[in-house]
Amino acid sequence: MSSFSADWSRRKFLRGALATGALALPGTGALAGCATSGGGQESTRGEKSDKNPLGVPTDGSLEIYIFNGGFGDEYATAVHEPMFKKAYPNVEIKHKAEVDIKGALQSRFVAGNPPDFVNDSGDGQIPLGQLVTDKQLFDLTELFDAPAWDTPGKKVRDTLVPGAVEQGTFGPKPYVMNMALTVYGTWYNKVLFDQKGWQPPTTWDEMKALCAEIKGAGIAPWTYQGIHARYMVWPLLTMAAKLAGPEILVDIDNLKEGAWKHDAIKESATALAGLKSSGWILDGTEGMDHIQSQGQWVAGKAAFIPCGSWLENEEKDVTPKSGFEFAMMPDPLLSKDSKMPLETVYAAAGEPYVVPAKAKNPAGGLEYMRIMLSKEGAKGFTEKVSSLTVVQGAADGVKLPAGLTSAKKALDAAGDNVVSWMWQSWYGTMWNPGINAVIGDLLAGRKTVDEFCDGCEAEAKKVRDDDSITKYTREK
Amino acid sequence: MTKKAAARGRVSKPGPALQHGKYLFIVVFLVFPLGIYGLFTLSPYLQAIFISMTDWTGLTGTPKFIGLDNYSWIFSDSQTLVALKNNAILLLVVPAATVLLGLFFASMLNVGRRGRSGIEGVRGSAVYRVVYFFPQVLSVAIIGVLFKYVFAPTEAGGILNSFLRGIGLDSLAVPWLGDPNFAFWCVVVVMIWSFVGFYVVLFSAAMQTIPKDIYEAALLDGSNRYTTFRHVTLPLVWDTVQVGWVYMAIQAMDAFAFVFIMLGISGGPSRAGDVLGVAMYRTAFNDYRFGRASAIGVLLLIVTLIVSLVFLRLARRERVELS
Repeated sequence: MSSFSADWSRRKFLRGALATGALALPGTGALAGCATSGGGQESTRGEKSDKNPLGVPTDGSLEIYIFNGGFGDEYATAVHEPMFKKAYPNVEIKHKAEVDIKGALQSRFVAGNPPDFVNDSGDGQIPLGQLVTDKQLFDLTELFDAPAWDTPGKKVRDTLVPGAVEQGTFGPKPYVMNMALTVYGTWYNKVLFDQKGWQPPTTWDEMKALCAEIKGAGIAPWTYQGIHARYMVWPLLTMAAKLAGPEILVDIDNLKEGAWKHDAIKESATALAGLKSSGWILDGTEGMDHIQSQGQWVAGKAAFIPCGSWLENEEKDVTPKSGFEFAMMPDPLLSKDSKMPLETVYAAAGEPYVVPAKAKNPAGGLEYMRIMLSKEGAKGFTEKVSSLTVVQGAADGVKLPAGLTSAKKALDAAGDNVVSWMWQSWYGTMWNPGINAVIGDLLAGRKTVDEFCDGCEAEAKKVRDDDSITKYTREK
Repeated sequence: MTKKAAARGRVSKPGPALQHGKYLFIVVFLVFPLGIYGLFTLSPYLQAIFISMTDWTGLTGTPKFIGLDNYSWIFSDSQTLVALKNNAILLLVVPAATVLLGLFFASMLNVGRRGRSGIEGVRGSAVYRVVYFFPQVLSVAIIGVLFKYVFAPTEAGGILNSFLRGIGLDSLAVPWLGDPNFAFWCVVVVMIWSFVGFYVVLFSAAMQTIPKDIYEAALLDGSNRYTTFRHVTLPLVWDTVQVGWVYMAIQAMDAFAFVFIMLGISGGPSRAGDVLGVAMYRTAFNDYRFGRASAIGVLLLIVTLIVSLVFLRLARRERVELS
């Protein structure tokens, strides 16, 4: 007893502390669980009927995650959710608007209790290809085969523009519903061009002549999104496809060896690299980001910029009140004897929506998509967010801003001559940072055209050789 | 020894009633804090080591054990090697430059002038003392955004290039953050700028503990400023320099926020400004390869441990007793 009375010596204290730690640790393990451990939840479905072809449970809840970014979330709360509520008054809609989808949902995917409907978009997008590979997404075949909401006698898939379903397809099955239709091209200020009497060029030779003239007028002919140089991949591939036909894009998607060394790609890259060597790119562009360079373009410091049809909406706050009208032109032809006509544009379905495979109410998620893809739902989307949709004819009669009108006109003029590619969404890391860095070097004059092609090939090879990446192919 | 024993003897022993349940008492107090420590600090470390040996994508509940494959990937991937190289540069350049600048400024502020009352700081040192500390008050994110605009091209409102052009040095007005030769060095400069203030204060505090009579003696012996600094000031603050040195080496290994904000997730133009912190973030949250990202994290842990050991060793030196 007396020997036990030893003072509270430091050594003993530490020994005791260690023992306590050892005691406490196993407990913490059980408490914390592991970051990697999964779980699950039951999914329920209701009875299928003519009015309810997907079998949505008529009570219970529907949890919706909308990315609260450029499009906001009003289109959901003011258009689609009321439509859903009207059809299923006893279903409780749990609406969540989220800026960082990944931050909010990654752990829920791992734990196996994801929401029923996710707008997987924005900076915090969880890569769709990875979600498909990890079997986290619900097969949307049922949705596209279901009868359309308000177009009698047609399936949902038949009411969409060509390519819309394919662009959400990974392997044999569609997993992603892309709502917005983005048209890509080269943008200019119509007021300025009209004032100066400049015509949008139709061939690259005309482009070069016009660039010299624009430069003479004291304006930089071109700018691009600087450190996000990948925006220039869009005109590069579109011009190459016009020259040699859309097959070259299939080869690129299929990661075929040498696809990036096709003569048409080289010619297109030579044209774009020539902008720099001729001194036609706004000084300092390579050091800017998209906000800075697009701001310069809107401020009239540069005449042309490549972008998608969201540009007008994105620059809304900095666009001059007068003397500015957004206009988009299809990328010029590299040669008079091209395989595809000038009117060809790159248009892609974007803004992805998914139903998680382990959702509690997957049928509800599908039904919500069916509502979005209805004429009424799509029209409401266009009105709220100023974007075209994949639903055919849904924007007819809607009053659109000038830039979007010009994009829609370009798309209508293109008819069937619409090109698109899949590698950007299939292999996200090849797109950025991969090829983003390579084309950045080309446009800043740090790489020759041949080095550029080799660099792109190397990025494709990286994906090809990485067994941990699931590969997809397409036929046409 | 005898002194100690005597001291111990004077402590009154607690009675049996207090002895009872002493260990239980200690345990009760320790369980909670240690539990939290284990839960939020130790367990993530251990889990990261485990995850680094799996192919976990970060999105499933079923990672597969793949041994050391992720580690061999690190050394076969050219981009992580770029990041490693840059971390090595940070490790050598940032602490060295910061310590030198910090010592220089601190000695100017404290012992830079021979005034009427002996050794004192340069004129206006009270103001400088506050100004130098400003960067420390700003968060790293703000510093990053701020300097992104300092280094931006003139056309996008870049202050530095506008200044260079203003004084006729047009040829020096390059797109700093858009050029692979400069982008990373811009980050290095900003890091040094933001670190120096803290070390000026730290070294100043150490210098103020040096008795003024030592300086007076040196003065009487005809020692000039450099000799005084080299043979009086430096040895007497060496302990502090050593602590600062190690701490800074660890700080410089990180650099995540600076690079991420100023150069972006790819590591800047031609991806030449990459660092391990950004590579880890990118691999996890852009590529969804949490296994590989954890391996980078574990590598960073090992490198940081080695670095701190080496730096502590190198900086070891006989301590000068002041009494």
